[in-house]
Amino acid sequence: MLKFTTRVLAPVCMALASASGLAAATHEIAAGEGAQERLQEALILAEPGDEIVLAEGRYVLTDGLSLDVDGVILRGAGMNASVLDFTNQQGAGEGLLVTSDNVTLRDFAVENAKGDGIKSKGADQIIYHALRVEWTNGPDADNGAYGIYPVEASNVLVQDSYVRGASDAGIYVGQSENIIVRRNRVVENVAGIEIENSNRAEVTENLATRNTGGILVFDLPGLPKVGGGQVLVARNAVIDNNTDNFAPEGNIVASVPAGTGVMVMANEDVVISDNALVNNSTAHVMLIAYTQPFEDEGYQPRPVNVLLERNIYGSGGNAPDFAGGELIAAAFGGALPPVLTDGLHTNLVKRDAVPAVSLGLTQVGQPFTQAQPQLWTPPPIASAIELAKVMLPEGMEARIK
Amino acid sequence: MRRPLALLAFSAALFGVAIADARRAMPIVSDEAIMGDALPRTLEEFGFFIHPELQMPTVGVQPYSLNTPLYSDGAEKLRFVYVPQGSQIAANGEGLLQFPVGSALIKTFAFGDGDARRLIETRVLLHRADGWVALPYRWNDDQTEARLALAGARIPVTRPDGNEISYRIPNKNQCKTCHSRDGEVVPIGPKARNLSADWLALSEQTGELASMPLVERRLPVWEQRDEVPLDVAARAYLDVNCAHCHQPGGSASNSGLDLRWEQDDPHAIGIRKPPVAAGRGAGGFAVSIKPGQPDASIMVHRMGSTEPGVAMPELGKSTVDAEGTAIVRQWIKEMR
Repeated sequence: MLKFTTRVLAPVCMALASASGLAAATHEIAAGEGAQERLQEALILAEPGDEIVLAEGRYVLTDGLSLDVDGVILRGAGMNASVLDFTNQQGAGEGLLVTSDNVTLRDFAVENAKGDGIKSKGADQIIYHALRVEWTNGPDADNGAYGIYPVEASNVLVQDSYVRGASDAGIYVGQSENIIVRRNRVVENVAGIEIENSNRAEVTENLATRNTGGILVFDLPGLPKVGGGQVLVARNAVIDNNTDNFAPEGNIVASVPAGTGVMVMANEDVVISDNALVNNSTAHVMLIAYTQPFEDEGYQPRPVNVLLERNIYGSGGNAPDFAGGELIAAAFGGALPPVLTDGLHTNLVKRDAVPAVSLGLTQVGQPFTQAQPQLWTPPPIASAIELAKVMLPEGMEARIK
Repeated sequence: MRRPLALLAFSAALFGVAIADARRAMPIVSDEAIMGDALPRTLEEFGFFIHPELQMPTVGVQPYSLNTPLYSDGAEKLRFVYVPQGSQIAANGEGLLQFPVGSALIKTFAFGDGDARRLIETRVLLHRADGWVALPYRWNDDQTEARLALAGARIPVTRPDGNEISYRIPNKNQCKTCHSRDGEVVPIGPKARNLSADWLALSEQTGELASMPLVERRLPVWEQRDEVPLDVAARAYLDVNCAHCHQPGGSASNSGLDLRWEQDDPHAIGIRKPPVAAGRGAGGFAVSIKPGQPDASIMVHRMGSTEPGVAMPELGKSTVDAEGTAIVRQWIKEMR
């Protein structure tokens, strides 16, 4: 069947390509003298469908790079072999900026960008595959904010990548829809993975370890796109996320307690299932409402419809990193229960047998100091939560086969 | 009668040079270079100037200036517009003038006065049939030629105040970062509200401009900012220096910050607005503008930095604009 399809389709594709003059070219770039100009020029002059290949080596760059041509593949010789080194960066807000559609980024590294590592804005059908984005000094408030940073896009795939040292989120998908983030390793960032103001996202089979918080699902008011939800967090290993929060104050993640496994803030329809949650010292799963004042009338600040099932819970909750946390832990015999809610959620469906604690808040915006902690008891009737599978457009994943 | 304006702009001295150099033909602007698919390798191919090194424009290329200009590391900026024969610029209220296909906007960046003046780069915006194209041209050391610098460049420049800076010529894509609206390249500067009424009237007289735009509130002339209310000066500055990215459809739309002149929602312009993706750019501060407290406002913090990842604007800035920052700082200080 497969063979048949290939034989039939191949001539058709070739005919289409030649008819429209779209014979894709490959441009090879080597490290060394003038790499900044040579690589940037290749990124500008590429035709849609072209491939730019980064030979093995360290590319010493002084300014941000950018790509604005649809359908380009930027490929290195491996995440440890082809390194875009921004240690001496003097300008631009990120290492690499992509603003065109159907772009594939794969098999290279971005090191020590002064701002964000790789940002794509309004770039639909983008693939980030087998990349490494790293601040090599490890956790530091002076590191750039986001490692892999797609924003305002439809159809985003981030996979098999490694991000370390981001002072905000290692992998941050913002104001987007139809998103798959899978098989990545996020280590020693403030947030390992953050899905913010986005819809229809699957975060699966990732390893999030030694971050401040492992996986965050947030929705913030006052942005062009609000109303995030339909997010699946499944089959991830979320382990040892106890790094002190090193985010600069003012950013929303600066309020994430060290020791957070999976955190849901606002959002509607979130399924957290089949994860291994181990040794996160505040709470493995945390549900909270947006805490700041807001004026956005269309904004819904509470977590609504959250399902927990088939997760594996290891030790944790033994050093809660928020005011009064220690006392609450003591009241529960030395450790917080693995699931913590501020009490402001709507419809939490907890199929996991572990206990949950509620801080007993009754109003959005109420300070944690007014918490009245209590064991949370599930209401008798909870409505079911089901998510449709995220389907990327046909042919998109074939680009990395 | 629509072509004499460029000639009016010649100073007597420049005119003298032109006469002395009679063998040099007055070039005719190449509509083909503007409209074709190619990326001309040198600025000369466009034929915009009689004496490029003196920035003396040829017939049909008109100089203009902006009331409140974008700060570019203190560079002097020489602006010109070319509209093809038989076409007209249309007014669009107080907003961006509508330039016909075939038009070009030309901007040269220079440092130094008189004989010491050195041209660094000339950026052109070409209105082609399928949209605007932005290209940067870098002047050589001998000032004889400006060549296409698609990938941009970084060059040491000594400012008139003696300061050495690392000046950045943007690459072609970076041009678009600022000149982008909903993914398309658009001009930024020549909005009716930021042009002098005299220039507009003259352009209408010569037929270059189809009709005189109606402008209710004109941006102040930056050198005369002390004569207008503080908020007018500050908002004009933010409109010109920030709003090309910080507006819906702009490159920084996801920040939710909208610094356009016409925006009057306090939250949208940053008052008590928390950051979204500022990262360490937030500098430990909770909101973009904290009324009465410029030193606790992210906006002032980022304007006052030259460090990539913190500095705003992100591009085309190696130095802090002391004048602009002072106005914005004072505006926030007096805000209640």
